[in-house]
Amino acid sequence: MPSRPKPRLRRAPGWRRSPDGRALPHHLETAAADRDRPALAARPAGGIYLVLAIGTLEVDWARVAAGLERGQRFVMGFLSPDFASRWTDIRQGLIESLTMTLTSTVVGVLISVPIGIGAARNLAPRAVYYLCRGIIAVSRALQEIIIAIFLVAMFGFGPFAGFLTLSFATIGFIAKLLADDIEEIEEAQAEAIRATGASWGQLVNYAIQPQVMPRLIGLSLYRLDINFRESAVIGIVGAGGIGATLNTAIDRYEYDSAGAILLIIIGIVMVAEYGSSYLRKFLQ
Amino acid sequence: MLHLKGLGKTYKTGDVALSDVTLEVPKGQIMGLIGPSGAGKSTLIRCINRLVEPTAGAVMLGDVDLASLGKRELRRQRRRIGMIFQEYALVERLTVMENVLSGRLGYVPFWRSFLRRYPPQDIQNAYRLLDRVGLMEHADKRADALSGGQRQRVGIARALAQEPELLLVDEPTASLDPKTSRQIMRLLTEICAERGLPAIVNIHDVPLAQQFMQRIVGLRAGRVVFDGPPEDLTEAALTEIYGAEDWHAMRAGDAEQAEAEAEARARMEALA
Repeated sequence: MPSRPKPRLRRAPGWRRSPDGRALPHHLETAAADRDRPALAARPAGGIYLVLAIGTLEVDWARVAAGLERGQRFVMGFLSPDFASRWTDIRQGLIESLTMTLTSTVVGVLISVPIGIGAARNLAPRAVYYLCRGIIAVSRALQEIIIAIFLVAMFGFGPFAGFLTLSFATIGFIAKLLADDIEEIEEAQAEAIRATGASWGQLVNYAIQPQVMPRLIGLSLYRLDINFRESAVIGIVGAGGIGATLNTAIDRYEYDSAGAILLIIIGIVMVAEYGSSYLRKFLQ
Repeated sequence: MLHLKGLGKTYKTGDVALSDVTLEVPKGQIMGLIGPSGAGKSTLIRCINRLVEPTAGAVMLGDVDLASLGKRELRRQRRRIGMIFQEYALVERLTVMENVLSGRLGYVPFWRSFLRRYPPQDIQNAYRLLDRVGLMEHADKRADALSGGQRQRVGIARALAQEPELLLVDEPTASLDPKTSRQIMRLLTEICAERGLPAIVNIHDVPLAQQFMQRIVGLRAGRVVFDGPPEDLTEAALTEIYGAEDWHAMRAGDAEQAEAEAEARARMEALA
């Protein structure tokens, strides 16, 4: 088979031979001999490509210098955070973010439960299963920022668009994990409940719910955490909350206020992290 | 009481689990079902309450043919049949009391079971049953806090809470030690005697079957090959049921078990 593979797939020739020049096993040796020629040719070609590629990068050293200087100011601002001068804005942004986080998590989880049940192969009829899996796939395929940009364009700037974005993203997350969890329950317990003459609703309530509830609560707390972090990100594209405040601060070159906002975000994420892991332990 | 007429089950793969099983179980009789793994014991009792769908024949409980019922009516009829499982099949995270009361699910509307507002007589009855199986003081414990023998007692109480007319018992002692096994079998036979309740008991352990059963049916490759009192279960009869060393049937048995489980899962969908 003399068809010559493309040179970019070649490895360096030394890779084929041991350093002391010992012969390789037959099949490797012939392969190596076969491939030495294109590999040798590929090396300078690769080098030229690299030089040319680097050449196309326009490096404006004046901008790099300015950027470094700005970066330095940013670090200085971070080291001397200013909570006071923009406190009303920060406070409002925080309240918006926290409200958005909580409401979107609650609403998202409430919608996720029926969709998750519908997306469990062992509980739902085929048509419902495919519909619910479809909803989940759409929600998971679209990244929060993309949904946020779309919803901001639809409903205007502000936390309402953020609330919708996070609710929608929560559905993809919770419903999928809940459905997978339901599909992995212990069937024997469900069989026993069915054998008593229970209806479908009773089956879900008695055999499924007790098996998946602890994990559902854990996942919801985890999602609360994620939603807060996401609320800071989607604010940048106009969906309100602390992200919007942060964006404004950076736009105004107020790096000390931006530093304060970042510190607050880090603080809240840490509190949420410890709080939710404590709660999860408590609920088990 | 229970009359199986020409009952058959062929799985989708073409494997025949049961063929032409005809049996009559009169009121108050405890019938042991023995046979090698894969002989169709598990499939047979699941065909009676249709956790597995039979593909031929009739299942007459009284004068109702269970095999021909629609979903709604099937649920109503399932209340008449209590079932006890090999691995207890309790809902582990619910309390003992909730597990016993789940035997009433076929009788109460959804909102009552959801809010755990069972009628007072159901609750009194559940306490009576827990007392009968000797677990009165464990009523509020979670089911997963109990030992194997205790869990099986809860399983028995749950089945009895249905006020069944027939008990289906699937390998009740397979995961218990010999002493606990005997206690559980004794409890079962006593309860059946007290209530005049017929029971079909799948059982692996031949000596245990001989000790506690009034009648023994031997199943081999989906057919009844022995039917008589335990005294008649001679060496020759056992060879007829189990074969001399039928390794092939044992292997086929694993496949059948897997199929029964797959079918049970498929049935979950039909419920929706």
